[in-house]
Amino acid sequence: MPTLVSTPATKTQRSVKDLRLGETGTICCLKDPEMALKLLEMGCIPGTRVKLSGRAPLGCPITLNVDGEYTLSLRVSEAATIMLKD
Amino acid sequence: MARAEVVDSVPQTGPVAVSVGTGAARHTRIALIGNPNSGKSSLFNQLTGLNQKVGNFPGVTVDRKTGAAQLTPQHRAEIIDLPGTYSLYPKSLDEKVITDLLYDKGADGYPDFVVVTADASNLKRNLLLFTQLADLQLPMVLALNMMDTAEQHGIHIDVEELQRQLGVPIIPMNARKGVGVTALKIVMAQELGPPAQTFYEPSDELLPMIRQIRYYFNLHNDYLALHYAHQGDRLRFLSADDRAYLAELREQYQFDSIGLQAQETIDRYARISELLLDVVRVTRAEENESASNRLDRVLTHKIWGYLIFLWVLFMLFQAIFAWAEYPMDLIDQGVAWLGAQVKLLGEGPLIDLLSDGIIAGLGGVLMFIPQIALLFAFIAVLEESGYMARVTFLMDKIMRKFGLNGKSVVPLISGMACAVPAIMSTRTIESWKDRIITIFVVPLMSCSARIPVYTVLVALVVPDEKVLGIFNLQGVVLMGLYLLGFVSAVLSAWTLKTVLRAKERSFFIMEFPVYRWPRWKNVGLTIVEKVKAFVFQAGKVIVAISVLLWVLASYGPGDALDQAEQQAKTEAARQQLTPEQTENLVASHKLENSYAGVFGRSIEPVVRPLGFDWKVSIALLTSFAAREVFVGTMSTIYSVGQDADMSTVQDKLRAEKDENGQPFFTPARAASLLVFYVFAMQCVSTLATTYRETKGWTWPLLQLVYMSGLAYVLALLTYQILK
Repeated sequence: MPTLVSTPATKTQRSVKDLRLGETGTICCLKDPEMALKLLEMGCIPGTRVKLSGRAPLGCPITLNVDGEYTLSLRVSEAATIMLKD
Repeated sequence: MARAEVVDSVPQTGPVAVSVGTGAARHTRIALIGNPNSGKSSLFNQLTGLNQKVGNFPGVTVDRKTGAAQLTPQHRAEIIDLPGTYSLYPKSLDEKVITDLLYDKGADGYPDFVVVTADASNLKRNLLLFTQLADLQLPMVLALNMMDTAEQHGIHIDVEELQRQLGVPIIPMNARKGVGVTALKIVMAQELGPPAQTFYEPSDELLPMIRQIRYYFNLHNDYLALHYAHQGDRLRFLSADDRAYLAELREQYQFDSIGLQAQETIDRYARISELLLDVVRVTRAEENESASNRLDRVLTHKIWGYLIFLWVLFMLFQAIFAWAEYPMDLIDQGVAWLGAQVKLLGEGPLIDLLSDGIIAGLGGVLMFIPQIALLFAFIAVLEESGYMARVTFLMDKIMRKFGLNGKSVVPLISGMACAVPAIMSTRTIESWKDRIITIFVVPLMSCSARIPVYTVLVALVVPDEKVLGIFNLQGVVLMGLYLLGFVSAVLSAWTLKTVLRAKERSFFIMEFPVYRWPRWKNVGLTIVEKVKAFVFQAGKVIVAISVLLWVLASYGPGDALDQAEQQAKTEAARQQLTPEQTENLVASHKLENSYAGVFGRSIEPVVRPLGFDWKVSIALLTSFAAREVFVGTMSTIYSVGQDADMSTVQDKLRAEKDENGQPFFTPARAASLLVFYVFAMQCVSTLATTYRETKGWTWPLLQLVYMSGLAYVLALLTYQILK
């Protein structure tokens, strides 16, 4: 069975937290196994494209557009567990 | 229009086995299940209307909403509205209710049919839950909701092809407008077999384990057995032995629950994406969908966002304080009139009990209805429109610093009107810990019942003069009292955050719904539901306590009351008082010798360090039913006429002398009493609501002890320092 929650935690790899407003990235993997279950259910599957669509005035939480389908809001600490493909 | 045709016709049977029920084994209990924001509540309201009942799922705080739906003239079914969820792996206590119900055939209310709602404009994510339910092989129909929104977004769905792929009947709908409800009812009234398709096969190495579980629990389905393995420890209905057995199996087969769940979700999404290829055609114009985003640019703007939120709050306050006043006065007068009518019927303890005890107590309950109705109308509109998610978004970071949550904002603000509806509105907070903290600190916010107490005491000792030329000193003190309540609520939340351990991990990850016009029917039904909950649940306790207090204040040990009455009459005759003054003197003497008076004297030593005497003690005691009783009690004790207005209450308080002939209500005493009222938990309704919402006595008792302890200590400090 392929391991979904791979952790190639190289320092250069970006996460959703590092997206600029309006920028789109492709999900590579999810770092936090337990949180991953929730994120997967919400459609954040590896390979899905997500766009940073908004930021709360104080910088947290943020909103993501998932696969062009709907908007998800989450905290920055949660976004940091969603790693992006290069 | 071609759409209407699709919507209102019963779908073709296709590969699905549909046979018209002949009345033999018709399903009578139908569960509604779907993602949050998939229009489930609208559909429930369309199906059941006012035939709704709110009960509880066994052992948890989650409301169990049921209703009766007339499917055909002969066929009536019970509909259960289950909490919204994204999958069958529960992440919150609310969602656990679903698995407890669906995984136990012997469960009270186990459904024999399931209606799955799905948002057509967001089909992929909505089908995840659908495929899980289909794999449980429950007979079901898919209500494909929000077809109009999907069309607007340029999403075209081939319903017939989707029906073929999913293997269940599908009804395209627009539940908010009631489109498709008739067609859905026809399908619901039919006898349907389980879905013709499955969507996920557990891998081969799991099969031996699954077989063992199926055999042990006598289950009909592999996927259900897999869920027993995953959730064995969390299913309410399993015994300790059953759980131990499942734990043993998991150990034996080295069952990696998290990894398997993750892989299952990924596999399901892959399967769904594949089957939707032939079903969904998107001709989306990117600019069109941003109407909601454009609105967000203003409503979550760093300046406008907060200003608009403040304006919404202001309107909320207006509604609760200003608009609710008129109906509240009407209810007050109505209750007073009713009490007076009863008194005309005759005299005697039974009449007194009815008018002064039960009807007065009932009035205390009914009085709150306008505020509760307005508050919940407001909250329902904010929820339905999607604005609440934005408030949460704006406030989350600030509130989190204090152990609260973006969703705690509304309850805290509502608490300044009344803690009862405020605590009821914490239901929207999913995280158990955040919700408990919010419930715990809400009563520290100064509610409207404290206003009369504050007004009388502030006017008594604070001079009516200006500070800095513009501000009224009394107004400044009043605001300080509100601020004191707010600061203590926030600090208490922060303290509790460090003490309390979370039962479940809390996420903020949530869907950010698009803006929608609220449906007035949904708003109306919410109001009816909340008012009913308050009147019947909290109301019982309030009336009971009011009656008890009335008894304590009306009866005394032995013939003490009769003696007191005689004594008062003699004294009145000696002083040549008017009949009205005589009556007041009698009332005052009787109260002094009643059980309440005896109690007041007995607790006097305890409250003496705070500067209070036995008279104040009685007021503290009666305030326990409701704080606003304070003024009335004080005016009775100090024998002020019934028709007395506020200034005469103050005159009487001012005239009260201590043993040395000095004014009793010194600034130190008044300040101590004010501080006491800011903090003390003197509200039976709030305690009853906390009991109802937390399903136990632990939290209401903690609230009582904590707040009253805080009140005592701080009032003591205030008096001793200022004395």
